[in-house]
Parts: sequence; structure tokens; C-alpha cells
Amino acid sequence: MPEVGEVCDKVRSKNAGPFWLTIDIFCGSDDAFARLSGGLATKRVAEALGADPKAIRRFDIKALNVIKISLPRPVVQGHPGDRDMHGAAWASVVAELVVD
Amino acid sequence: MTRILVPSGALGLDYDKAALERGIRMHPDLIAIDGGSTDSGPSYLGCGVSKYARSSTKVEWMGLIEAARTARCPLVIGTAGTCGTDGMVDWLVDITRECLEELGWTPRVATLKSEQEPNEIVRRFASGQISALDGAPDLDRKTIEDCTHIVALAGAEQIQQAVETGAEIIIAGRTTDTATIAALPLMRGDHAGGAWHGAKIAECGALCATNPQSGVLMVEFDKVGFTVHPLADDARATPNTVLAHMLYENSDPFILYEPGGHLDVTDATYEALDEFRVRVEGSRWVASDQYTVKLEGARVAGCQTLLMSTIRDPRYVASAQAWIRDIGLRHAAKVESRMGLAPEAWHCDLRLVGIDSTLGELETRPGAPTEIGVLCTITAADQGTANEIGKLMNPYLLHHPLTSEEELPTFSFPFSPAEIDRGPVHEFCLHHVLTLSDPMDAFRLDVINA
Repeated sequence: MPEVGEVCDKVRSKNAGPFWLTIDIFCGSDDAFARLSGGLATKRVAEALGADPKAIRRFDIKALNVIKISLPRPVVQGHPGDRDMHGAAWASVVAELVVD
Repeated sequence: MTRILVPSGALGLDYDKAALERGIRMHPDLIAIDGGSTDSGPSYLGCGVSKYARSSTKVEWMGLIEAARTARCPLVIGTAGTCGTDGMVDWLVDITRECLEELGWTPRVATLKSEQEPNEIVRRFASGQISALDGAPDLDRKTIEDCTHIVALAGAEQIQQAVETGAEIIIAGRTTDTATIAALPLMRGDHAGGAWHGAKIAECGALCATNPQSGVLMVEFDKVGFTVHPLADDARATPNTVLAHMLYENSDPFILYEPGGHLDVTDATYEALDEFRVRVEGSRWVASDQYTVKLEGARVAGCQTLLMSTIRDPRYVASAQAWIRDIGLRHAAKVESRMGLAPEAWHCDLRLVGIDSTLGELETRPGAPTEIGVLCTITAADQGTANEIGKLMNPYLLHHPLTSEEELPTFSFPFSPAEIDRGPVHEFCLHHVLTLSDPMDAFRLDVINA
């Protein structure tokens, strides 16, 4: 089975303010959107990110072929335990998940 | 119609000068630029300093002052100096004075200050005017008192008051990213949903178009909606690039909260007018019952000392994770025995650069590199303690053997001393809103002699 990053055009992650993180999966085509919308369970994304599935907000946006996933930051931005001030690397965690 | 010229996503990021000149020739009604963000972390707010170099800020600000003078329209900056504290408004006023002296121009200058006294915020907290947003940390009186800086995010109303002074240059402290752009269209009765939506699309300059680094963007607001027009030669806005910008740094792609209400773009339509311009209609503004402004605050979380070493010996590279775990345990025991410090009084992170330093426990593909960087971050209540804990770490990073039988190894230190004192580090501790009976209640507007 392929990974998310092999099916879509691009995955981007970024802070949405210091307390939230947002991950945008740009699917690039109707087919890829359908594949990921059905084949990437929110629960698996939550597990990979070490997050509570109930805290995740997900938007499957057909008009853009984008799946957007937002969650409270696992570590608040700038906390001594924060490894990634801008939230840049969470995209890789999602891009490397295997699609069901 | 109201034309707002946006030179770039932030002062300090530079802009395309030819595109800016094109924008000036289109007779803008106002030039709006953002000066900051929380995106680079809590230190800028905690210390009240700018992320961007003063030299870049001055050169770019000078160009915008000249643009506003030529276009005969107001120039507005929100969130001056990255964090928008009062000190950063004064910093930009100083730069403005230098620019105006060099230009030989004496326009009217207004400042809008957004900083909040911690004691005043304590009072408002006690009287129930402050409420938590989703994901906010716990708040108590001491947390507020500990903040080195607290700012409130001004909205369109406060910028409108500044525009009404007739000022040709407006230097605002912390504002929302959109307020400086939305203020004038709203004042003139343009479509409220369109004003806020267009402002959100334009707040990062040409990031909503192709060639995002070109910066310069014109937004034309009217009674029904707005039109986005990037001005660099090779920049085009398409329905997709514009729509996609609602995703950017936004946890919800359809809803955006602002002082006094929220924007809902669920039913917005995006139409290409030609190769370059996009027309947007159908956005909705939903006014709220109460007028609230968001608060940001940062406090000192401790002082840090860093150590950095590199490992090149293949055997140590192969066993780095076990090696660093052993070091962590031995060092912690030594801190307790030599310094008598309880484990909760300090914090040490040992990260293997090249293995998993970015993601830590979330990493599923640890690297197998030729060399590894060891980054040790120590946080303690004060700098002396952090440095002392760093000194206890130093011998391990220099000489710790994998087994007790082998000859003492030596690893590479790029610096002497190996301990690098970083000074105080800050943390964000407010993710709350403040309810105001009057929008100007927490803000101060002045027309000054520049």
C-alpha cells in the first residue's frame, strides 16, 4: 500500500497560533482526494501524532481536494520541550502513513 | 469602491518595488502592512523585541512612506516590531522619525498602543471579563502577574479611530492580521463579509497567488464582495490559490474569529475575472453579542544553557541512542547528588541530530547517519543553576564510554566553553479573550509629533 505522501501532491504543517497545529493535505486530484478521504482514518492520524482523536478537527474539502487536520499542539509553541517552533515537521509524520 | 494596497505579508520580508509602483499608480485608498506574528515563538513578545533586523525594517518602511506620500493615502502598520508591544511602537516611531527627517516630510503620525498592564488584566480577570479559548492553558492571578508583556489584539474599530484622526502614517501595536486591511472598507460601508474575507486573503500579501514571494497585492472592496489582484509581473491569483489561503495558519478553513464577530466563508464563490484577478462574493460576517479582543502574554519559563557536540566514531554513531540514555541517567543522578536539586527543579533534553531530534518519540524512521550532533538543552530557574547543570553534563559529552572496559573516548566539541548560556526563555501563557464595553477601552490612540 502507498504512503499518503505518494498519493497526494503535498502535505504542509504549520502553527495556527501558539496553541494549535494545522496540517493540510493537498490531494491534487479527485481520485487522490477520494482515496485519502476514505483511506486515512482520523484515528490513525491521531495515533501517529500522539494526540487524542477527540481533540482533532478534520475538514475534507472537496472543492479544493484538500484534507485539513487541526489539533491542539502536543507541546505549546516555545515550551522547553518543543522541538519544532513553527510546526514544520508534523507534515512528514502524516505523509509517511500508509493508506488503507 | 475601496482599494487597499498590501506590499507584503510582513514588514521586513521585502517587496517587489516595480509591483509597488504599479499599485501606487492605481490610486490606492490606503496602504496596509503587518509587522508581526506569534509564529516565531514566545521570545519576541516575552522580551518585547523585533524578529526582523532594524536595517531591513528601515529601508522597507522608508519605501512605504514614500509610496504613501506619492499616492496621497494613509499608511497603516499593524503589530509593529513583530510583537506589537508599546516599546515596539516607540521603536518604529524612532525609525519613522529618521525616515521623515531624511525625506524632509512632516506628515501627521498616529500611534495606537495595545499593551496591557498585568495588574489591570488581573483586575479584569477577577471581574470575569476574561475567558479561555479552546486549548488555553490554566490561568490564575500569578500567571498573569508573571507576564513580562501582555498585548490585546486590536480589531477594525480601533484602526478606524486612528484613520479618523486624519493621520497619514498610523503605527499600531498588536492588531489582528486582518484589521488594518478591513478597517477602511468597513468604514465606507463596503460589504462586511467581503471586507474581512478580503483582508484574510491579503494578510500575507501575494501568498494567496502564484509567485508568493513577490508580495504586492491590491484588493478592491465594494458593496457586494472583493477582487484580488496581485501586482508583480509573474504573479497570478486563481480561484484555487485564493481559496487555499483560507487554510493557511488557520485551524478552521471556513470560520475566522475577529473582535466583534466572525467571518463565515462556507458559501463564498470564487471566480476568475481574467488570468490574474479573482472575484469573491458570498462571504458572511456574523456580529457577536459581546465585543471581545484576544490577549497574548508571555512569561519567563526559566533560563537555558546549551551544549553541542558531534560524534563521528562509527561504533558510537551506531549505539548513540543507548549511549545518550545512559548519559541522561548518570547526569541526572549526579545533579541530585552534587547539587541537591530535585528532579522537578530542572529540565534536560538530549537530542540526537541526524537520528530523531525533530520528532522525538513520534519518529518512525530514525536516521543511520555518518555523524550525529548531540544537542543538550538545560532549563533551570536561573542562569547560574542551568550553567552548573551544564558543567556536570560536559564530561559525559566529552568522554563517556559505551563500556567500562574500553579506553576513554573523546568526542568533538565545536565551542569553548562548551556551555552556551541562552539567558531567559519565555513561554506563551495566554490564549484568552477580554470582553470590552467599548472597543477603545483597552487601547490608547495618540497623534504625535514625529
